[in-house]
Amino acid sequence: MTDALATPDAVRSDDLVPHAPRSRDLFAKFDGLIAERHALLQTNVHDPLGVVMEQVLSPTRAIIKGRETILLGTYNYMGMTFDPDVLAAGERALREYGSGTTGSRVLNGTYQTHKACEDALRDFYAMDHAMVFSTGYQANLGMISTLAGKGDYVIIDGDSHASIYDGCWLGDAEIVRFRHNDVADLEKRLRRLPPDAGKLVVLEGVYSMLGDVAPLAEMVAACKRHGAMTLVDEAHAMGFFGVNGRGVFEEAGVEDEVDFVVGTFSKSVGTVGGYCVSNHPKFDVLRFACRPYVFTASLPPSVVATAEASIRKLGGASAKRAHLWKNSRRLHGGLRELGYRLGTETAQSAIIAVMMPDQDRTVATWNALIERGLYVNMARPPATPAGTFLLRCSLCAEHTDAEVEDILRIFGEAGRETGVIG
Amino acid sequence: MIDRENVFARLAALIEPFNRKSAPLSEATTFAGDLEWDSLTVMDFVAAVEDEFDILITMNMQAEIETVGQLVDAVGKLRSQA
Repeated sequence: MTDALATPDAVRSDDLVPHAPRSRDLFAKFDGLIAERHALLQTNVHDPLGVVMEQVLSPTRAIIKGRETILLGTYNYMGMTFDPDVLAAGERALREYGSGTTGSRVLNGTYQTHKACEDALRDFYAMDHAMVFSTGYQANLGMISTLAGKGDYVIIDGDSHASIYDGCWLGDAEIVRFRHNDVADLEKRLRRLPPDAGKLVVLEGVYSMLGDVAPLAEMVAACKRHGAMTLVDEAHAMGFFGVNGRGVFEEAGVEDEVDFVVGTFSKSVGTVGGYCVSNHPKFDVLRFACRPYVFTASLPPSVVATAEASIRKLGGASAKRAHLWKNSRRLHGGLRELGYRLGTETAQSAIIAVMMPDQDRTVATWNALIERGLYVNMARPPATPAGTFLLRCSLCAEHTDAEVEDILRIFGEAGRETGVIG
Repeated sequence: MIDRENVFARLAALIEPFNRKSAPLSEATTFAGDLEWDSLTVMDFVAAVEDEFDILITMNMQAEIETVGQLVDAVGKLRSQA
């Protein structure tokens, strides 16, 4: 009301309604963000958050602003998006089952394709149960908010992905955070919890900002000592960690100890969707209790058919895995030789995070890279840990050795131009 | 039960390294407004408080705490339950 009195604008028709307050603009809270975006767009030729792929030529190449560009920021780790078998499966399902299900998994939205996709996940993980969600985000949202109820505790890493935090907010449990990847800090907090309370510890195999790997063997052992169930999100590890490509939990040898594994189809699998696999005998009841599973439409049949075909191929893709790791190690070593500061001491995953000094030089270097035909992700607070600015690279098993050398040459030129390296 | 002054003094010592603006401290000091802490600073500070008093301040509880005085109350309550 006082706002209305303080701003005597021209009389509008709704001012004539007695005592009707002027509506307060809910967008006012975004003014800072709008100003920041405006400043960024004025000083730079390209917008790091407004990239449009005009044509996609392969898992590693696209046309951006008319220029053929190497893609080094897609999470398309195993390069399955143009696999002929995957495309054929999707085309067949599109023709046979139509473009969409128009319904929830628990009503009319479960087709034979969805069951076949869950079968492929059970085989891939050698687990009893698999549940497919419409996105990876919803898988975390649904699993965390449904498993942990009132009076239970969810214990999460401080650097957890937004979907894990949002899963916590959606549920009624008490949320406790521990310092990133710190086993002693996790254990200290587990010890302070009521011994008989329900506890769910949520971990990630690979943390996506710096590409660092969790010490899962030690962490899962600590959880077991304190009677906590564990959920591991393997979004950035599925496909190329462990002999069967199941994730960091396989490589760490804790397959029998982890209670729930969450993952996504939008990275190594090469489409969209999320899932959870488990050996818990009562797992399937979640299909009726989990709101982000029930109250949304299921994935289109063509999407789950491509996911099924891709997952079946990923199980035996050891040659691709080996090439992806080779690419990651070469890029890490090469960037370091150029003088870049990196997020991890060694190539721990398929993500290599280049640490940048400040926002201006991050944007300038990102621009210098795209001008030379190389796309990477720009990441900044609050998404990044400890307020850092990053140019984040994610490798693909389909990047050739020559492409990786091109990437290093472009990074050298761009970094020298913006003064990030000498 | 530990006394209020003692808790305040120990909290003040923990706030010190994060108090970049050297804002004066009282029970009315707010973390977001007066100290201008962002979520990352809050996370580090809460972990330090938890370890100092051997307690857990859940994120649900943190959402209710805006001032140093409210944190003194919360620590006192959690200590008496421990």
